[in-house]
Amino acid sequence: MNYNLDHLRELESEAIYVLRETAAQFERPSLLFSGGKDSIVITHLARKAFYPAKFPFPLVHIDTGHNFPEAIAFRDALVKKLGATLIVGSVQESIDKGDVQEETGKNASRNALQTVTLLDTIESNKFDACLGGARRDEEKARAKERFFSHRDDFGQWDPKNQRPELWNMFNGKHNQGEHFRVFPISNWTEMDIWQYILMENIEIPSLYFAHNRNVVLRDNTFLPESEFLVLRENEEVVNKQIRFRTLGDITITGGLESGADTLAKIVEEVSVARQTERGNRADDKRGEAAMEDRKTQGYF
Amino acid sequence: MDHIDNTSDLLRFTTAGSVDDGKSTLIGRLLYDSKTIFEDQLEMVQQASSRKGLDHVDLSLLTDGLRSEREQGITIDVAYRYFATPKRKFIIADTPGHIQYTRNMVTGASTANLALILIDARKGVIEQTSRHSFIASLLRIPHLIVCVNKMDLVDYDQATYDKIVADYKAFASKLDVQDIQFVPISALHGDNVVNRSEKMDWYQGSTLLNSLETVHIASDHNHIDCRMPVQYVIRPHSDEFHDYRGYAGRIAGGVFKPGDDVVVLPSGFQSKIKSIDTFDGEVAEAFAPMSVSITLEDDIDVSRGDMIARPNNQPAVCQEVELMMCWLDNKSLNPTGKYILRHTSNEVRAKVKEVRYKVDVNTLHRNEEDLEIKMNDIARVKLRLAKPIFTDSYSKNRITGSVILIDEATNNTVASGMII
Repeated sequence: MNYNLDHLRELESEAIYVLRETAAQFERPSLLFSGGKDSIVITHLARKAFYPAKFPFPLVHIDTGHNFPEAIAFRDALVKKLGATLIVGSVQESIDKGDVQEETGKNASRNALQTVTLLDTIESNKFDACLGGARRDEEKARAKERFFSHRDDFGQWDPKNQRPELWNMFNGKHNQGEHFRVFPISNWTEMDIWQYILMENIEIPSLYFAHNRNVVLRDNTFLPESEFLVLRENEEVVNKQIRFRTLGDITITGGLESGADTLAKIVEEVSVARQTERGNRADDKRGEAAMEDRKTQGYF
Repeated sequence: MDHIDNTSDLLRFTTAGSVDDGKSTLIGRLLYDSKTIFEDQLEMVQQASSRKGLDHVDLSLLTDGLRSEREQGITIDVAYRYFATPKRKFIIADTPGHIQYTRNMVTGASTANLALILIDARKGVIEQTSRHSFIASLLRIPHLIVCVNKMDLVDYDQATYDKIVADYKAFASKLDVQDIQFVPISALHGDNVVNRSEKMDWYQGSTLLNSLETVHIASDHNHIDCRMPVQYVIRPHSDEFHDYRGYAGRIAGGVFKPGDDVVVLPSGFQSKIKSIDTFDGEVAEAFAPMSVSITLEDDIDVSRGDMIARPNNQPAVCQEVELMMCWLDNKSLNPTGKYILRHTSNEVRAKVKEVRYKVDVNTLHRNEEDLEIKMNDIARVKLRLAKPIFTDSYSKNRITGSVILIDEATNNTVASGMII
């Protein structure tokens, strides 16, 4: 008898273990749900971890107001289907209250503002753990992130002073006001995610599949036309068949030309891709330590 | 990155090395030659290399993580890297090799099936080699591959390689490692890493990647002694599953089947397995490292921290444990202090009964005089516990044989321990 799990089942089992550990060690956990494929996979894994019970935490969406309408529709349909609780933190409200200021200038986006809204939402709901879909293969600052990642009472990450994490033992002990970010799919790669979505036939937003859309070519990526997009000189709107490899704000998420309109074709495309998935994200192009800096302040 | 199918398995390996032994270059080479590096990553590294005034692409820059590490040119923390070939998927725990980072080497080694030990062909077996090998054996990494690197700097000389292999074997006889392979490489030029070297005809063995792809890991888990620490109790309280009580956990050892007689510790109550449930349906058997939910025939009291085992094969119930301990915290061990000991999903308070000796990780000498335990020290200690825990020796099971200590005042994880 061969008692061996294939790599996707081993990663699945590890993620389920982390999800259960989170529910067991924290009083008020939550799941940060962006509507992107990674948080959809975690939601799927959470259903598995607590079956036949519902997962014992709400979904939390930090809404920048700059969404793809398809992503919001998908979120609402999923929440309804699962009978889950949804909590929305609004960046627009943070702006209206004067807690943050809208960025101006050439590459302005609401990406960085989310951190303030996120930390407010964590504080007002007294969450002591936030499950998130970050993966260590995404970015070099994330390669050093723990499964259970401590945040001080200002929500800050101290990369040089992280708790050692040995075997499968996670230490979630914390003082009042501090919280943890927990990353059950730390060890998954983009390829694993897609293979798993294919294997489990998980529903994902239509934006990930090839479709026709009005776009503008900017910085080597196709930015979608939206009410927030201001055309620059010499730029023109064209209609292309594209798909998105990651989903973030509509203002910063670029698509790539693709004919991949099924999950199998997406897996095929990802397997031969020569650019990282975040290569189409303007938020990571702000310098070599852009992610490290944002994470230190409390970003996802 | 080639298309890989779902049936490949997962190998976790660790590397340890210092600033100049070529560890980062080797990892960069593995990622680069296995086509895991994306164009935009390579472009960033090319730019960084030319900013540093180098005329070649410095592959080691691929693995530098945090800003402070880039500034100092060293790896401080454990970094995890991923690559896949059509045969297997790999997770690398990339750890710094300097003595002051012993704790990070221990961390990286704790989850590894295999360790890569790097030896500089010009220097041979040195203190650092013994340190890395000792930690690999202490953490019971089942497989070792010794890479004799920088063969290009010794003219790809066979005699040099043979002497290093002989020296290492002599040293390794003092360690408890079953499976050791050797390979002469040049990470800088790619010899015998992914592609076979044209300059070392005398070497007939596998390339490094080929060894990584073929090492047998299916029996690295314990499939004999049934253990499942209860992690969480699933109680749906729904109409459909009104009286359902599922004991959720990840199998730590053995093979569980419906109908099996089981015992729950610490209560000692016995029952039979009614079903082993997953979201995808009931399963006929469950083994490590599967996450499942077990239901029992009898309604007995079971909660997080309990251990499910077989009546005729139970873990030891002990209120005193003897450990090889690695101290991880800035603050030294307080010999009279109380700590929280975490063992699987169980937590008890613990205090030190006796520090027997410290081990010098470079020479393997035992020190029974200086018993102050500071960060990065490895020591044999005996702990007394407030309540019994249900253990196996670490050599029998890496999950039920390991513990961590947590400082109640700071909440920090301050030590890791392997039960003897």
